[in-house]
Amino acid sequence: MLNRTAENVARATPEPLARKVRGISDKGLAWLFISPTILLLLAINIFPLFWAIYLSFTNFRANRPNEVVKNLGFANYQRILGDQDIWIAMQTTAHFVFWTILLQTLIGFTLAWLIDRKFRGHAFWTTLILVPMMLSPAVVGNFWRFLYEPQIGLFSYVISFVSGIPPTSIQMLSNVSLAPWSIIIVDTWMWTPYVMLICLAGLRSIPEYIYEAAEVDRASNWRQFWSITLPMALPFIMLAVLFRGIENFKMFDMVNLLTGGGPGSTTEVASITLKRQAFESWRTGYSSAFAIILFVAVFGLANIYVKALNKVKQR
Amino acid sequence: MKSSFKLALGLTSAIAASTAVSNAAHAEDLTLCWAAWDPANALVELSKDFTKETGIGMKFEFVPWTNYADRFLNELNSHGKLCDLIIGDSQWIGGAAENGHYVKLNDFFDKEKISMDDFVPATVVGYSEWPKNTPNYWALPAMGDVVGWTYRKDWFSKPELQKEFKEKYGWDLGPPATFDQLKQIAEFFQKRQIDGKTVYGASIYTERGSEGITMGAMDVLYSYGFQYENPKKPYEMEGFVNSEKSVKGLEFYKALYDCCTPPGASNSYMGEGVDAFKSGQVAMHMNFAFTWPGLQKDENVGGDKIGYFVNPKGPDGDQFAQLGGQGISVVSYSDKQEAALKYIKWFANKDVQAKWWSLGGYSCLNAVVKDPKFPASQPYAQTFLDSMAIVKDFWAEPSYAPLLQASQKRFHDYVVAGQGSAKDALDGLVKDWTQVFQDDGKM
Repeated sequence: MLNRTAENVARATPEPLARKVRGISDKGLAWLFISPTILLLLAINIFPLFWAIYLSFTNFRANRPNEVVKNLGFANYQRILGDQDIWIAMQTTAHFVFWTILLQTLIGFTLAWLIDRKFRGHAFWTTLILVPMMLSPAVVGNFWRFLYEPQIGLFSYVISFVSGIPPTSIQMLSNVSLAPWSIIIVDTWMWTPYVMLICLAGLRSIPEYIYEAAEVDRASNWRQFWSITLPMALPFIMLAVLFRGIENFKMFDMVNLLTGGGPGSTTEVASITLKRQAFESWRTGYSSAFAIILFVAVFGLANIYVKALNKVKQR
Repeated sequence: MKSSFKLALGLTSAIAASTAVSNAAHAEDLTLCWAAWDPANALVELSKDFTKETGIGMKFEFVPWTNYADRFLNELNSHGKLCDLIIGDSQWIGGAAENGHYVKLNDFFDKEKISMDDFVPATVVGYSEWPKNTPNYWALPAMGDVVGWTYRKDWFSKPELQKEFKEKYGWDLGPPATFDQLKQIAEFFQKRQIDGKTVYGASIYTERGSEGITMGAMDVLYSYGFQYENPKKPYEMEGFVNSEKSVKGLEFYKALYDCCTPPGASNSYMGEGVDAFKSGQVAMHMNFAFTWPGLQKDENVGGDKIGYFVNPKGPDGDQFAQLGGQGISVVSYSDKQEAALKYIKWFANKDVQAKWWSLGGYSCLNAVVKDPKFPASQPYAQTFLDSMAIVKDFWAEPSYAPLLQASQKRFHDYVVAGQGSAKDALDGLVKDWTQVFQDDGKM
């Protein structure tokens, strides 16, 4: 049937076109098919990357197109690496990435482990847990900003009810100590389900017969968890950590919506600093250099991590 | 059949003709870009007269304040043709002039006999001139604006509060003449129960993202003796930006934020200020004058319940206020510059300016604001006039954006986040601003 259709198509193809197609090798045809994608990738990914690398060595400013562009060599890079504010932003980013990943992994894995028990109504609970992940970050940011509002926010009232502290004293977004945690809480609330899903896939991939063999050997539940569940789910957990790590390293939307980097610069993560330099101060060359440094940092760390992940998988 | 054919032909011709006419009309439509706020609505109303007079249609592109600078500076930098006319912020004038975004209007003003002497001098310097204090005009003063204060007249006039206040502070509760008095009033009202509700002292600017905290802090710093540079040596900032007086001013602003603002007001600007005042949370409210017509009309806090006062004096009796407002410019990338200039000519007309004021815009034309009837025309008119007489503005250099970002960071770090001292913040600001001017080759 399929052959007959192919024959019909071949017969219906006009001769000049058929002659041309006949002249193309399989490899040529393959290139023909993937070339639009490659061109698109070159245009929207590779070219901007090289262009940004070029700009990072200049004093170019996008808001002054008529000005002469000077080559500054590595001056932008030197200035960034010696800028105390940039290092503070990097520390803030590291603090945010560390705590969000730790909390999301712990809670996500625990939830996945519980869901994997297949208790009554587990499908319903799985769907319910996944809801935050399905929301837009813009919605979540605005929604939590209202929840954190000291005078009318539900979060403040709940904490006040539990702790006895007046709600107006619970200023999650204005207090220097609480503001970083307010973002960590929201990010954990939103993305723990994602970690849970990946961990669940890992737990479900463990063959049942391994547990049966462990039962035969009279291994305790604790022993089974440490010797079977955790090692076999570890590559999945590490994958979730990798995804969340990369995402949170470049986190922008949630921080921008919740605190805008404030109070002061308490929650100013690297992406907020980058945006301010690029699109508010219009230091295009300088911000390109900063973007390249961030890219190299993420790329380098991710590479080391992927190698570690492969080692774990091979074990 | 013939008649049906004729009818069809006729209809087709009519549709084609009307489309052509409509296209011709659309080709003449002007797009005016501005911020999305109350005066913009007034301008839409006002511009209907322009369309009636000239047949030129008006389209409007209004963007919320939080995105206003980003959106339109991007548009100008990319040489976009979206805006034929733009009402750009006063600080953009240097960059827009030097980068060729605006059409220079000197020849046009000469030809149409539009004299800048007919406008309030501060608005000409603030909105039109680049370089400052030189007769090079890039905009027509369009919307006068200045930071001032509103207060709850009804609360201030409660006899029991007046009595208690007098006993406590030794002077009559009323609009403050100095910043010290303003703080005393704010402290007096902070967390007080009025009509069964907890109220707070004052709403001030603390916003981090765009320009909020700079506009607010500068409003105080000017009257405390802050200066941008050595008047005798441009760009020399050491000892001027971070003078002892400036430090005292910034310390005062932080003290006011710490003692007397509503809970959670750590990122508050024009909209949040209006909300705080309208919802009856605060006794006093720092904001640009453009908010006053809306507040005056408000059912809950407007009418007899609201009063206005000029930015108070500093410790040495100096009194200044932060300039707001904008001029209207013709975008040099527009294909409809001639029609856009027609709009500017029309807008400069005295009757149009008088109507502009009556609709809720703030005219900068002397003939309107110096009219003997003007002070009594609105309850806030005199405060507006008095405030416009004492204005100062932020840097309007082409590098105003990095200069502003530096002050936003330094002020917010100190005032809201409580990091370091006022001296550290201002020393840091001198360092940042020096770097910007060095990058520009001006130092």
